Amino acid sequence: MGKVAIAILCALAAGCGGAGAPQGLSADDQAFQQRLQEQFLDAKPGAVIEIPAGRHALDRVLTLRANGVTIRGSGSDQSILSFKNEISGPEGMLVYASDFTIEHVAIEDSKGDGLKINDGENITVRDVRVEWTGGPKTTNGAYGIYPVKSKNVLIEDSASFGASDAGIYVGQSQNVIVRRNRAEKNVAGIEIENTIGADVYENTATGNTGGILVFNMPNLAQPGQSTRVFNNKSINNNLANFAAKGGAVASVPAGSGVVVNSNPKVEIFDNEIAGNQTANLIISSYFSTNYYNTKGVDPKYDPYPRGIFVYGNRFKGGGDSPDGLELKTLKVAMFGIDGHFPDVLWDGYLDPKNLVNGLPPAAERICIRNGDAEVLNADGPNKYKNPKVDKAFFQCELPKLAAVELPHS
Amino acid sequence: MGSNQTAKARNLCAALGALALAGCAPAPQPVRFFAEGRPAKLSDWRVLYLEGGNLALNDGVVPYDLNTPLFSDYAHKLRTIWLPRGTSAKYSADGGFEFPVGTIITKTFYYPRPKDAARDQKAVARTYDQSADFGGDGSRERGLKLANVHLVETRILVRRAGGWEALPYVWNPAQTQAVLARTGDAKALELVSDDGSREAFTYVVPNENQCAGCHVVDLKTKQIAPIGTKARHLNRAYEYAAGSENQLAHWTRLTILTGISDLSSAPKNADGRDAAQPLDARARAYLDINCGHCHNEHGPANTAALDLTVFGAADRHLGVCKPPVAAGRGTGDHFFDIVPGKPRDSILPYRLRSNEPGVMMPEQGRSTTHREGVELIEQWISSLRGTCE
Repeated sequence: MGKVAIAILCALAAGCGGAGAPQGLSADDQAFQQRLQEQFLDAKPGAVIEIPAGRHALDRVLTLRANGVTIRGSGSDQSILSFKNEISGPEGMLVYASDFTIEHVAIEDSKGDGLKINDGENITVRDVRVEWTGGPKTTNGAYGIYPVKSKNVLIEDSASFGASDAGIYVGQSQNVIVRRNRAEKNVAGIEIENTIGADVYENTATGNTGGILVFNMPNLAQPGQSTRVFNNKSINNNLANFAAKGGAVASVPAGSGVVVNSNPKVEIFDNEIAGNQTANLIISSYFSTNYYNTKGVDPKYDPYPRGIFVYGNRFKGGGDSPDGLELKTLKVAMFGIDGHFPDVLWDGYLDPKNLVNGLPPAAERICIRNGDAEVLNADGPNKYKNPKVDKAFFQCELPKLAAVELPHS
Repeated sequence: MGSNQTAKARNLCAALGALALAGCAPAPQPVRFFAEGRPAKLSDWRVLYLEGGNLALNDGVVPYDLNTPLFSDYAHKLRTIWLPRGTSAKYSADGGFEFPVGTIITKTFYYPRPKDAARDQKAVARTYDQSADFGGDGSRERGLKLANVHLVETRILVRRAGGWEALPYVWNPAQTQAVLARTGDAKALELVSDDGSREAFTYVVPNENQCAGCHVVDLKTKQIAPIGTKARHLNRAYEYAAGSENQLAHWTRLTILTGISDLSSAPKNADGRDAAQPLDARARAYLDINCGHCHNEHGPANTAALDLTVFGAADRHLGVCKPPVAAGRGTGDHFFDIVPGKPRDSILPYRLRSNEPGVMMPEQGRSTTHREGVELIEQWISSLRGTCE
């Protein structure tokens, strides 16, 4: 058929892609994507955007800017937005809006983060699955469910699989509840970073590199504090770390159950933390991430974990096969080839500026009131020369943190 | 050309037009400001119109250029601004000008056709040479010579009572009109270099919501705003029909702009491509226009603690020895955004070089690598002193 004939037919029929639309999406997919994009563009407060059951292929990010919108599918196993062919994003869904709810939807295989909510207030994520279906890969997107700089955030009954940084990641936010979620095959299963006021409870983190992390990163406008991690299962998180090097999460050893890094006021209680082969609980400072340098880190940044209270957890197993040659060697040297690290691993860094008789002020101590649980002080400041098991140093208590209350849930 | 001469030329054209002589079409109706709604065709606005083989500018439509432009897959850009008669914008030294309701900004993305190319829907030239782009009879500001260019899209930013709104229009293959494409578009193109080598890529036209990804400079207000119309980008000469003139001076003379007290002290970004200008200024200008709209204290990327505007302090705020925050595999396995003296150990040029979603920076607005831009940034990092001890 001649070029002219084709041109005429294309002029008459709608939908001919002009200079040749790139391959990847079928015509039906393109039509679905266009209709869905238009719904996102036209949404007004109160709008409900329905995602029908089925796997819908999209090739560019869905962006929402209107407040008061609900996105609703028929189930996170049924209404699937697949970004395998994504050419422009990099997120799957990017939300710059408040009073936002997303529920019963799955987001698969985005090139970047799965669901990112930036600077929103009153956010509900419910029964949302974000998954990289090819399994753990460094080329997967960094974060699965990613509210950042947001306020009043609820993430519940959701799941994330395969994120190359953190599956469920709350950054630089305030007033957050993360509950009843599942995080599996991520580097970090669930992470709370630079956030003020977070309750993380009744989640299951298993098969990640590190199960549940509470971190403070330098240079960010908001230092975090006050996180409660309770009634979770953080079990068998022994997946080899597949994060790209350079990010802080790349420093998490495989086999970390719960990790607290340079974050103050963290309460860890009534969790089941078991089978994490480096240590069930790691408490450390930013110095142990190997990224500390005076030039690149804000001098106002506080690198120490202060006021960490650990009690009532059911520790079991773990510590028997730490990640990396250094920790393995240390374990064998101290506890024998069949031995294991104590439940708690501490890097040993204390702020020298306010020690009183070698102890931090009462409110800043690390308190472990957890039955038989012992702590290995890795002696980081002394280049790990004299690690020792300790318990006495951590016999103290801290005031309990207040529960997070969300006005909108 | 002053407005007097334009009027004379138009009257002559009108008279000749009555005699049906070629090349002198009747002047179009004036530019139309739509206070609301989404006109389906670019031509509805009457800012740009087709005449005598050119994409021409209507009366009162002023073209402009930037000292260092945003990289958009080597596309050339025809930028125009139009204000309702009798209105002016208010000058600001550092920020965006305050434009009156009714302001219409357009930006047409186009490519010169490669040398000796047949009218091929895919081939576009990879070149900085604009000498063949323009056409017109001199009676108005230069438009684009259609025989020499391939028009891709025209984006409109219109200042309405409630704020700025963004409308993307995409040109048809026949290049006879541009229609509204709210959900964007994607075009398979091929960049043809002078040596004949080709790079196939997908040119992505952003959708209406993606406009906010760059144009919302303050995430708290969520307001869209123009980016290029700032003193430091505009402070340069432009070849108007009447001759070369500094753009800020020209706008002031036309009363598009009021409030410049002293042109000689207005800020001025370097031309990133001019090797005669200082390397640091060129690199900072490049980062400012390509990254600064997101990477500033209030923008959508203020989650990353980077300020890549010209105002960013040249230390960890600019990324020097700064550990990444949320780069994921964008780190390229590197530890710091910028390692002085070591571009190949730095995250920033790694991301600039990439064209993979999830790694690349900027995240949107390009599909190809800006070879010369990456080279500039790498040269600049090589020139930085100090260590991240």
